Amino acid sequence: MSGLYSLAALCLLLAVLAGLVRILRGPTEADSMLAAQLFGTCGVAILLLLSKGLDWVVLQDIALVFALLAALAAVAFALRTWGGTER
Amino acid sequence: MMDVMGFFDIVLALALPWLGWRLLASSDLFRAVVLFISLGLLMSLTWVRLQAPDVALAEAAIGAGLTGALFLSALRRLERLSESERRLEHAGKREEDETIPPEKRRRAKPVAYVLSLFLLVVFVLLLGWSLGQTPGAKGGLGPAVAGQMGQSGVQSQVTAVLLNFRGYDTLLEMMVLFLAALGVWSLTRVRQTQQGEVPGPVLATLVRLLVPLMIIVAGYLVWIGSSRAGGAFQGGAVLAAAGVLLLLANVTVVRQVPAGLLRWALVLGPLLFLLTAVACMGGGGNLLEYPGQSAGVWILFIESATAVSIGVTLAALYAGGRPPAPSAPEKDNEEGPGSGVDKGGKA
Amino acid sequence: MAFLHGLGMVCILLGIPFFVSGTIGLLRFPDIYTRLHALTKADNVGLGFVVLGLALQAEEWNTVARLLLIWLLVLIASSASCHLVARAALRRKIQPWTRP
Repeated sequence: MSGLYSLAALCLLLAVLAGLVRILRGPTEADSMLAAQLFGTCGVAILLLLSKGLDWVVLQDIALVFALLAALAAVAFALRTWGGTER
Repeated sequence: MMDVMGFFDIVLALALPWLGWRLLASSDLFRAVVLFISLGLLMSLTWVRLQAPDVALAEAAIGAGLTGALFLSALRRLERLSESERRLEHAGKREEDETIPPEKRRRAKPVAYVLSLFLLVVFVLLLGWSLGQTPGAKGGLGPAVAGQMGQSGVQSQVTAVLLNFRGYDTLLEMMVLFLAALGVWSLTRVRQTQQGEVPGPVLATLVRLLVPLMIIVAGYLVWIGSSRAGGAFQGGAVLAAAGVLLLLANVTVVRQVPAGLLRWALVLGPLLFLLTAVACMGGGGNLLEYPGQSAGVWILFIESATAVSIGVTLAALYAGGRPPAPSAPEKDNEEGPGSGVDKGGKA
Repeated sequence: MAFLHGLGMVCILLGIPFFVSGTIGLLRFPDIYTRLHALTKADNVGLGFVVLGLALQAEEWNTVARLLLIWLLVLIASSASCHLVARAALRRKIQPWTRP
């Protein structure tokens, strides 16, 4: 039964790696950023699934940190790289 | 079960070097930064698979979160710099400078190569020599650590090693971080950001919700560090993330933190750590040999102080300069730049 | 108990397709706004189902609380940052895609 959790985690990992192609292809900077953001969310899901599958509570803490910091890069991007008033 | 996890590991092991290679080969700096963030997340997953949740936590907070934001801001600054340089070139001011360097560089090149090659050889020899001097530990240090856990005052082996058995290393690491912040502060003042941009309602709500949660989670990580993964560095990194978020949003509170408080927060961790170390010596023990049964209390005390300092230090590194001078408070306070550093202090 | 466990498993398995379709949308959709749409489905519904499934199987209440907290955090963070990215894109005058 617990194999299902690992299988689900593996599916998510493969999905994420496929999504990385978007970083390489662009075309705009925001598209690359979105792929990184998807990576963060998937990372949370993978960690939660592994936490259950491997019966390892600590992974929930790591997922919590992932969730807390997931938005930081995207916010920095929106406000700094693309944001700001036009000079 | 094992097969699926084994396949998971193989995918990780293949993806990691591929991602690293794409990152290094990328000619587009922005793309490289995004790949770096992804690499941090992937690294964190890898550390989890290597049974190192402490490192995974630190990598998640620093590699994926903080450095991503730091690189993006640095990239923006680089772009601005190159723009102004281009403008200078158009004005013709740069051309004189440009003509001289090539000859100089050509002359300097062989010397630089020989010198760096020499230093490299010396370094490798020293490294080999010190490796030869090190007595080999058979079976690793794991059993030795496990045998001494009773005296450490904590339940987590990693924390026991970091703050008790090898506390000296951690003390020096704190000093390195402190020196890094000093270096940045001595180079420049906080840069002016675009002032007057009031954070929109969405951003303001995000900051209002996330920052308190980040502070709570930071405290939780420091506290939980004594029994399982977590600790001062991870907690400090999350604290720094709160500071960076405040800096990004350019919140007013950030500007109101006095620079003096910020300096004290920066010094707090290293100072208390050092004082504790010396106080232990005064009590008849060695450096950082906690007296009797009180090791757990001392460790929690040091970890709390260092977490605050690490948070402020990392946020200050993000802000990229010392706070505005107190002698000219009116003017500097109005510009947003000091706010970046102050945020860390606030957090 | 077995019923809850089975229900949780179904929820988890329901969540995976949303993640996969998020990736596919990210790769196949024509412009930044539609890709944002795909991404948020993975964030909200995909992770929501996974968290719901795991919460149904959890043995302690504090695990349930932590799982919900994580999901709420991702919801807040991703919706806010997607809004910011979309606004930045609009400000840059990136035109939404229309069927040619």
